[in-house]
Amino acid sequence: MVSTAPIQTDASSVRARHVKKVFVTPEGSALTALDGVNLSVAAGELICLVGPSGCGKSTLLRLIAGLDRPTAGELLIGREPITEPSADRGLVFQDPNLFPWLTVRRNIEAGLVARHVLREKRDDVEQFIRLVGLESFANAYPHQLSGGMAQRVALARALVNHPRVLLLDEPLGALDAFTRMRMQDEVLHLWEARGTTMLLVTHDIDEAIYMGDRIVLMTPRPGRIDRILDVPLPRPRQRNDPSFLDLRAQILELLHFTGQAVTVVGA
Amino acid sequence: MSQPGIDLPVRVEAAPTKRADEIGPSTKTRRPAVPGLRQVAAAVAVPLAALLALAVHAWVPSSGLAQNTRSYPTLLAALLVVGVLSAIPQPLFPRLRSWLRANAPIFAAGTLALCAWELLTIKLGLLPLMYFPPPENVLQTLLDDRRQLFDSTWHSLLLLVLGYAVGTASGLVSGVTIGWSGNVRYWGMPVLKIIGPIPATAWIPMALVVFPQSIAAGVFLIALAVWFPVTMLSASGVSNVRASYLDVARTLGAGRGYLIFKVAVPAAMPSIFIGLFMGLGASFLTLLVAESTGVSSGLGWYIDWARNYSDYNKVFAALVIMAVFFSTVMTLLFKVRDRILVWQKGVIKW
Repeated sequence: MVSTAPIQTDASSVRARHVKKVFVTPEGSALTALDGVNLSVAAGELICLVGPSGCGKSTLLRLIAGLDRPTAGELLIGREPITEPSADRGLVFQDPNLFPWLTVRRNIEAGLVARHVLREKRDDVEQFIRLVGLESFANAYPHQLSGGMAQRVALARALVNHPRVLLLDEPLGALDAFTRMRMQDEVLHLWEARGTTMLLVTHDIDEAIYMGDRIVLMTPRPGRIDRILDVPLPRPRQRNDPSFLDLRAQILELLHFTGQAVTVVGA
Repeated sequence: MSQPGIDLPVRVEAAPTKRADEIGPSTKTRRPAVPGLRQVAAAVAVPLAALLALAVHAWVPSSGLAQNTRSYPTLLAALLVVGVLSAIPQPLFPRLRSWLRANAPIFAAGTLALCAWELLTIKLGLLPLMYFPPPENVLQTLLDDRRQLFDSTWHSLLLLVLGYAVGTASGLVSGVTIGWSGNVRYWGMPVLKIIGPIPATAWIPMALVVFPQSIAAGVFLIALAVWFPVTMLSASGVSNVRASYLDVARTLGAGRGYLIFKVAVPAAMPSIFIGLFMGLGASFLTLLVAESTGVSSGLGWYIDWARNYSDYNKVFAALVIMAVFFSTVMTLLFKVRDRILVWQKGVIKW
């Protein structure tokens, strides 16, 4: 299932070729989390990964982040193979995972401290604190923040490194519906302002249509890419636009169809 | 080992102090006009207790020979005066009022305990006077022997600080390495599990042979007592760091130094502090045993020496000093913890 998008050689493109990932469970049996995954993400593109739990969305993101190595196949950022985690590829989880022992400002600085560039980039920190609207909470500790604020800090912490690719693993999944819609706009705003390549894992089809340039539908056991849909809607998108709703109905049907197909194959 | 546990209720009691402080202003408008029963009780508790103790001291006849000293009645009179002086202006100062309301009961109880001690010993003769001297004797001994007590306390402090510092430093190094590296854990854990549980005092014979100076032996023993819990709890703290913290740090560009010292160690701090408290408890015990066996100075030695001369006034005086000394050290560690773990406030209650 090779993507129809033109293959970019730009430094912030991401490519997965025949990627397979097998986990060995503690009991010793092998579990294929991903198999035969081919994906090409152009520089500056916003791709949404959608699918039921267990379809390997998060696994794929961890592979691209470099936190895990694929069992087979190769992963590229630009033309370089991905071998280890790097500040080039920021990762934001559903749990903000802020360091609870650091204030908001120090959390945002963390990447700069880790790369020993804090002194030169101190202005960036202030800029990102402003960008995510947390000036008055700069010296607060994470336990004093609401879920939405904490996730904004996590975004700022990843973005302050100016990553070429931002990997978002259901970053808005734990937020209430209103905060979630506001945060979707904030992420889009950051994406448009910075031109960062983004891969967003989500359970929420509306979120995928609202945000993605393309939507990657995945199926479980083993995790595979079922198909890749273009979202031809102009931005900013309207959630109640008829073509938005059409696409939504189409995806729901596809997911349902996919479910039946698996049952037939299984029988 | 249970020293931190013993101190915990004190921390819990500290909470109402703050709450009383917060509701102080809102009740201020009503309270001065009709003072509440609790407020009156808080104001008169210490003066009443001091008066009672003075009366017992002056008028209850002694059953045995009492040292005729003025220090004990002076102490009680001072308590009375301070109690009255703080009670009079308290309707005007909400902070003083809430402080009094929180602390007057415990000070009054302490004063009553002194009174009960005197009744049980010299006044009613219920306890053998030779082994249980009345408070006036102990107080007088504290004053008379202050030079030697101060000297002993100073030596104990030196030994404790040296031993605790060496034990903590080595415990942190071994604990963090064991917690971080699987290889070191494989080889280090068995050693830790076999050597660690032996009480440090069991090494006294060997320590006295190995170390030419008894002070060095004392430092070694205390360090050993501190090393085990600090190693154990920092190792478990470091190895149990949430994997996602490390993952996030790695995608932020963190190298090994950052992962260990800026992620794993801070995340392990709550656990490390439990080890530090356990180590402190163990170090008090080891200090006293080391001083009364090898090291010929310090409070442990002082108690041993006084007991050999059957001078129980001095034994009790040393006990009083020790109580103050150890609880001060413990409080200091609590302060350090509160400062370092400020980020935990509201997350974990101690």
